[in-house]
Amino acid sequence: MEFDTQVFWSALTSAAYLKGALITLSLTVISHATAIAISLPMALVLNGSNRVARTLATGYVLIFRAVPQLLLLLFVWNALPQFIPVFREPWFNPFLAAWLALSLNEAAYQVEINRAALRAVDHGQGAAGIALGLTHTDVYRFIVFPQAARIALAPTVNEFITLLKITSLASVISLQELMTVTQISVARTFQFSEYYLAALIYYLVMVFTLMAIQKRIERRFAWEKTGMPGSVGGAR
Amino acid sequence: MSGAPIIRLEGVCKNYGDFTALDNVSLSVFQGEKIVICGPSGSGKSTLIRCINALEHHDAGTITFDGQQLYAPGVSLTHIRRHVGMVFQSFNLFPHLSVLENCILAPKRTQGISDAVARDRARGYLDRVHILDQADKYPGQLSGGQQQRVAIARALCMEPKAMLFDEPTSALDPEMIGEVLEVMTDLAETGMTMICVTHEMGFAKRVADRVAFMDRGAIVESAPPQDFFANPQTDRAAAFLQKLIHP
Repeated sequence: MEFDTQVFWSALTSAAYLKGALITLSLTVISHATAIAISLPMALVLNGSNRVARTLATGYVLIFRAVPQLLLLLFVWNALPQFIPVFREPWFNPFLAAWLALSLNEAAYQVEINRAALRAVDHGQGAAGIALGLTHTDVYRFIVFPQAARIALAPTVNEFITLLKITSLASVISLQELMTVTQISVARTFQFSEYYLAALIYYLVMVFTLMAIQKRIERRFAWEKTGMPGSVGGAR
Repeated sequence: MSGAPIIRLEGVCKNYGDFTALDNVSLSVFQGEKIVICGPSGSGKSTLIRCINALEHHDAGTITFDGQQLYAPGVSLTHIRRHVGMVFQSFNLFPHLSVLENCILAPKRTQGISDAVARDRARGYLDRVHILDQADKYPGQLSGGQQQRVAIARALCMEPKAMLFDEPTSALDPEMIGEVLEVMTDLAETGMTMICVTHEMGFAKRVADRVAFMDRGAIVESAPPQDFFANPQTDRAAAFLQKLIHP
């Protein structure tokens, strides 16, 4: 059996592949954005002193880290409409189901990253902001969050890359993302290597682009790499 | 000294679990006074000044700043802190902001002044601590002594009525201590009210109006420096001074 360059090339440049890749990418972006939006207040709660809220957040992390993504996707798409009638309406499509399932799941992972990053910001930073008479909101906004974001960047991009690949699981709920498109093409022609390679290239390009963006952001905010001896304060 | 004290502590107590950090501390500081607080480690010096700007909440007694009692109804701690500058042992500059940005953040956010006014003011204070030429650098690019001078300028940019220093030279290499003490001495000469926790006894002799000696959470002795150093009234203070001279 030979590798048919023609088939590979036409798959690579096909509208179906491009559309599949765009669905993969957009699902990842909005799921991760939603996950971050959910996980940020949850991280604050977990680091905070409200015991009821902390228990609830801990329970959330426990459950959604334990549930396999595949099970969660199938549950949201197939089982949720049985309990909640709104999800039986025609607007509830595989994309929305995947968005919901992956956001809930990803938030449980992202919350640990946020929590660790917030904790990694030295206590003296908050104390200095408070001592200057800034409000707690301003201390978080101008002092703690920017430093925590810099710490969280690398693991967050890691999560994004993992999530990008996890979206391929949404093929089980018939979402037309990149892997679904690939499998349909393979099933039709049995030309495995041509279609797999085309998909692989899309994933590589997406991930490499992302890593380049990460490097650029890290360089932009490289304030801590400019250290000199004596730049780190002593114990309090 | 006349009039009401700007800072007044009466019967202040603070416990951490079973540990007594502050034991019935009373202290009055008048406008323009310079107080040096010394004592063995763990004697409550840092806790004391952290209670004055409410970074720590005392358990009993009262603390009054400029006529306003901390934690009294209607008294905003945030507003009080805007008039009390604080310098930390570990500098605590904001590493993600340039030196100039460190100095303008709080004035801009709390005093409603324009960026231009805040920058002008910051440049003035950075000049006073002799570090204006580093204004665009990040804290991580400066030496410890330079960072601490920036921290002093940052506090002064709020134009506070009093300044608290929490062991400002303890984290510094010996050759950098002098430059920070010099800036603090200059500041004292401008008439700033200052409370300094420090073991720099030369500074205390030069600058302090009173030295307060703390041990086990209490102010054991409080006297002008010439009396305190020549003639400590308690055995504990004498023993402490002995250790400073012959470590």
